[in-house]
Amino acid sequence: MLGVALAMLFRDKAKFFGIIMGVTLASLVITQQGAIFLGLMSRTYAAISDMGDPDIWVMDAKVQFIDDIKPLQDTSLYRVRGVEGVAFAAPLYKGMIRARLDNGQFQNCVVIGLDDSTLTGGPPSMIEGRLEDLRQSDAVIVDLVGATEKLWKPGPDEATPRVPLAVGDSMELNDRRGIVVGISNNTRSFQSQPTIYTTYSRAKNFAPAERKMLSFVLVKAAAGADIPALCERISAATGLAAYTRDQFKAKTVTYFLENTGIPINFGIAVALGFIIGTVITGFMFFSFTLDNMRYFGTLKAMGTTDTRLLGMIMLQALAVGVIGFGIGVGLASWFGTVVPKKTPLAFVMPWQLLFVSASAVVVICVLAATLSIRKVIKLEPAVVFKG
Amino acid sequence: MTSAPGAILTADSPLSEEIVVRCREVTKTYGSGQSAVRALRGVDVDVAKGELLMLVGPSGCGKTTLISVIAGVLDRDGGECSVLGTDYAKIGNTERTNFRARNVGFVFQAFNLIPTLSIAENVAVPLLINRVKRAQAVEQAAALLAQVGLGDRTKDIPSRLSGGQQQRVAIARALIHKPKLLVCDEPTSALDHATGQRVMELLRSIAAGHDLSLVVVTHDQRIFEFADRIAEMDDGRIVRVSTGQGHQIAANHVNSAIGK
Repeated sequence: MLGVALAMLFRDKAKFFGIIMGVTLASLVITQQGAIFLGLMSRTYAAISDMGDPDIWVMDAKVQFIDDIKPLQDTSLYRVRGVEGVAFAAPLYKGMIRARLDNGQFQNCVVIGLDDSTLTGGPPSMIEGRLEDLRQSDAVIVDLVGATEKLWKPGPDEATPRVPLAVGDSMELNDRRGIVVGISNNTRSFQSQPTIYTTYSRAKNFAPAERKMLSFVLVKAAAGADIPALCERISAATGLAAYTRDQFKAKTVTYFLENTGIPINFGIAVALGFIIGTVITGFMFFSFTLDNMRYFGTLKAMGTTDTRLLGMIMLQALAVGVIGFGIGVGLASWFGTVVPKKTPLAFVMPWQLLFVSASAVVVICVLAATLSIRKVIKLEPAVVFKG
Repeated sequence: MTSAPGAILTADSPLSEEIVVRCREVTKTYGSGQSAVRALRGVDVDVAKGELLMLVGPSGCGKTTLISVIAGVLDRDGGECSVLGTDYAKIGNTERTNFRARNVGFVFQAFNLIPTLSIAENVAVPLLINRVKRAQAVEQAAALLAQVGLGDRTKDIPSRLSGGQQQRVAIARALIHKPKLLVCDEPTSALDHATGQRVMELLRSIAAGHDLSLVVVTHDQRIFEFADRIAEMDDGRIVRVSTGQGHQIAANHVNSAIGK
């Protein structure tokens, strides 16, 4: 009888495609909007993700997220180094500096100053040049997105209006000269501003003079150290906040979730996808059942039990759920593969998102099937004789 | 049809000793209070093995209610009604559903063939309900369709067939699982006279060949001749039972089948 159920569903092409469209729409919108939301959120902590080396980030206790810089005194570095379990601790400067472009325009850039001796906190990978080249005079490394999209130079002719910043070019950072010695490959940041790496001491020269310049202390734990416990020891010893990389990412995301309209905007889109998908699927599936009510009544009269009819409807709901979910997720994956290559679109689709999307589809199908099952179970088989 | 007054029989006088359907003082009321409609007001009727009983009468007289009770798709309010010795009121809902699946075949006025299934798949449905494997069920369905003259149409969907062909498919579906009782609701009302005759001949011959009891609700006087007995209903009661010549037609059919 399950084969009969599937044949009834698949061969009623108009209804079948209508139901599939509803599930696909819900699955597509939930997955695609969810993936864009997660992509955007992952960009908020791009700087943390890109610095794979440190185990612990130490900062002022009032810092709320990665871009909320509350500078520390340089002596904080030595106090952190004195905590038991710290293998080494390096200073990190992170701030905004205005770069002047060859076309006369200005561009705000994120400048990251790395420990002069160890260069801890450098970019995740280099496209051109080497990290060690930062030791050259006035040296800076620029990330690829910044070099091509924001810090370009005017081209020689109309055919080439923009020339990306390249190794050997010079730039003006806060009226000071910087020489590009490398191009790095970074995760695109939330604001999509160029990221410029230099040494800690040179960054302090680029940045406007302040009494306190140390943004973060990056800590590498000694081998075998319990990192959460070390965080607690650092906090207790210095009065500063110390977070593991994942904790700091979570703190940053939490700030954006609580203080921006992003989750609400995306939540509304996802909710609309769910509601519209539920309405379309529910209506079409119920309509499909109503169309077949005479035949369900006939099957009932001929001796099909309620349990088997329930199984038939559940199978039909499962079939449209699986097919619609597959198409929706497939379309979302295609979108996430093609579009980000040509645009700055943020798109991250972890298995957890697929699980959420699948759960939503299950809810949609169960709701749709419940209406139909209720109708069929309450159907009196005698109705088949009523014309 | 010959229904001379002298041929009137009581409901207790079926043509065979072996009773398949036995109803006594069956009552059924729809609704309650002032809007209550008493559809059956104490019906007595027996149907013997191999007999074709026609229920006739004006619209609203209770024919459909009575075959619904006999088929086990509607609960009666009072009286007794047993089919093959089983009283529906004394068994559970699932057991009753399973009883119908094994013992009762249905032929409907509007055929009720599932439009998205092929006619072989439609005919196979009662076997599938009885948990016969799909391939085997469709194979048996194709063989039976060949017997009713539709062997070359097994893969067609019902809408490609004429009304008469669809009713033959419906009859094949009603018979494929070898039920003991066949209930037919206006089996010829959607068909022209010649097609209706052929459908009734088919029903009659199959019934004769399988000792199948038939209860046929009809308004179509042109097919009365196929009945063994005709029960006239009015206002929820059987008011008159007369003999038809169906047993003679059946005998002729059997004789011709065995070459006499």
